Amino acid sequence: MYLLHTPLRPRRSVARTAFAAVGLLLLLAACSHFRGRAPSSDIATAKMSAHQLYRAAVRPGVVPIPVRRLQAWTLHVETADGRPVDAATITMNGGMPQHGHGLPTSPRVTRALGNGDHLVEGVKFNMGGWWVVRFSITSGAGTDTVTFNLGL
Amino acid sequence: MRRAIMRGSRVLPVLVGLGLGGMGAVGVGSVGQRPGAWTRDELAVLRSLSIRSLTPLGADPSNRYATDPRAAKLGHEFFFDVRFSGNGKVSCATCHAPTQDFQDGKPLAQGVGTTARRTMPIAGTAHSPWLFWDGRTDSQWAQALGPLESAVEHGGNRTQYAHVVAEQYRDEYEAVFGPLPDILGLPRHAGPVGDTGWRASWQRIPAVRRDEISRVYANIGKAIAAYERRIEFGASRFDRYVDAQLAGGKRSPQSTLTSEEEAGLRLFVGRARCVTCHNGPQFTDDHFHNTGVPVAAVTLPPDSGRAVGVRQVLAGEFNCTSRYSDAKPEDCQELRFAADDSPELVRAYKTPSLRNVATRAPYMHAGQLPSLSDVVTHYAAAPAAPFGRSELKPIRLTPNEQHQIVAFLHALTGPLAAPAEYLDRPARLATDVRLAPASPAGSSGGKPD
Repeated sequence: MYLLHTPLRPRRSVARTAFAAVGLLLLLAACSHFRGRAPSSDIATAKMSAHQLYRAAVRPGVVPIPVRRLQAWTLHVETADGRPVDAATITMNGGMPQHGHGLPTSPRVTRALGNGDHLVEGVKFNMGGWWVVRFSITSGAGTDTVTFNLGL
Repeated sequence: MRRAIMRGSRVLPVLVGLGLGGMGAVGVGSVGQRPGAWTRDELAVLRSLSIRSLTPLGADPSNRYATDPRAAKLGHEFFFDVRFSGNGKVSCATCHAPTQDFQDGKPLAQGVGTTARRTMPIAGTAHSPWLFWDGRTDSQWAQALGPLESAVEHGGNRTQYAHVVAEQYRDEYEAVFGPLPDILGLPRHAGPVGDTGWRASWQRIPAVRRDEISRVYANIGKAIAAYERRIEFGASRFDRYVDAQLAGGKRSPQSTLTSEEEAGLRLFVGRARCVTCHNGPQFTDDHFHNTGVPVAAVTLPPDSGRAVGVRQVLAGEFNCTSRYSDAKPEDCQELRFAADDSPELVRAYKTPSLRNVATRAPYMHAGQLPSLSDVVTHYAAAPAAPFGRSELKPIRLTPNEQHQIVAFLHALTGPLAAPAEYLDRPARLATDVRLAPASPAGSSGGKPD
């Protein structure tokens, strides 16, 4: 929740930066035995879209993300200058690059929740490993995609 | 109000939540670990595979009778009653034999005729969102209805079964499901599936009465499902081994794997990657995969697996959203979000549970592989699929390593967890019920499915 409700421009905080750095190191250490980990270091759950049209963040409905269980996610979308995007056509796909297969379900953005939040239903992962989920977003600002890496 | 979504200091907790922080795939051995000991991450994987991790069954929204013991008792009797067949000789238990882990040990099931698929076991299937090798139904009760009308399985029809219920089970049925509809004057043999004469008779029945009969038919399935959902997998030697490992490695003769089996387990969850699809406490991801299984030795009809199965379940007369389901539309999320347009579905079949797998030769959806050794060799070699595209990639496993995996699979054998009386013929049918073969007017007999 807090991911989506914090100020747009974070205050420069040495302590927080240090915390993030230590956290990232712990994370990488924890992943050292993770067979299906994303090969890139791009593991953020909030990021700019490919052509910088949108900022987007995913929030799973259940954490840790369960395997073999349908779940609903929230996708937050705002323009590059921070305006929430409610009127948008959004599609989701994805899969496991190392296995060469897609998602086991056809998740859909079923409704806009307001303030740039969108409900994504039908999300499911049937096995552990590196997953990629990709959203295509079309609004008055244009069409762009944003891709997230997940390790389960 | 503007919101930040790019804040680095907030990333870690979410990523931990995503599972990256606490999860690791199992490797073989770890620096600093006692030889043979499992790391904390490895133990987490073992715990996830234990039968103790199986979530207790919840209600089935599509079957309001699922937890009614009277329905289960009735379903138990239906399951064994050969009067629910076209020739009076076939029951569910003919292929799903309780003494054989509710399967038949044959490459292709033998009912009234020969089917094109291997009989699947029943234990634990109430946990699965999809039934059949191709997932063409989405509940146990809908699954039970398919074979009853199949020309090569039970070979009967809908009005025939309604007559059997009315004549043999009226009181028990009405105690659970309410009054039976009036079936006086209905043809003895009529139904929307199979025989052309039966279908013609079915069309002559007024729509309202057809619907009443179909509801009786659906309730037969719901009773059978109430019975089947009571049949679960019990603990195997593997589960007791995990118990002991989680308790600090204190072993008893009942909780020990041989060194060969333990090595097989390490391969299973490690380099051989079996656990990728055979995950969770039932050793299945409940999904569908093309693994390049060879065609059957006998000639069978074209079979595209899930690619066709998903179309069938979406259009299914008895699916979760159907008029015969007790579910609200919002209860049918698996159906609502089923993937239905991917080339990966071509010749993809459901990942079977590996519990009791050593007792269930032959293997694969048409019994193509006679032994577990053949199965492991197949997965190591990863041949191209006869059609569609196999997801497999070759894995280098020595003959000894393959043997170790097979040895581990034998440690997954355990008893079924079910009321004892449900693992045998019901008392009511203790004497074999045999009827003269039905002689439906206009019937041309069973045809290949």
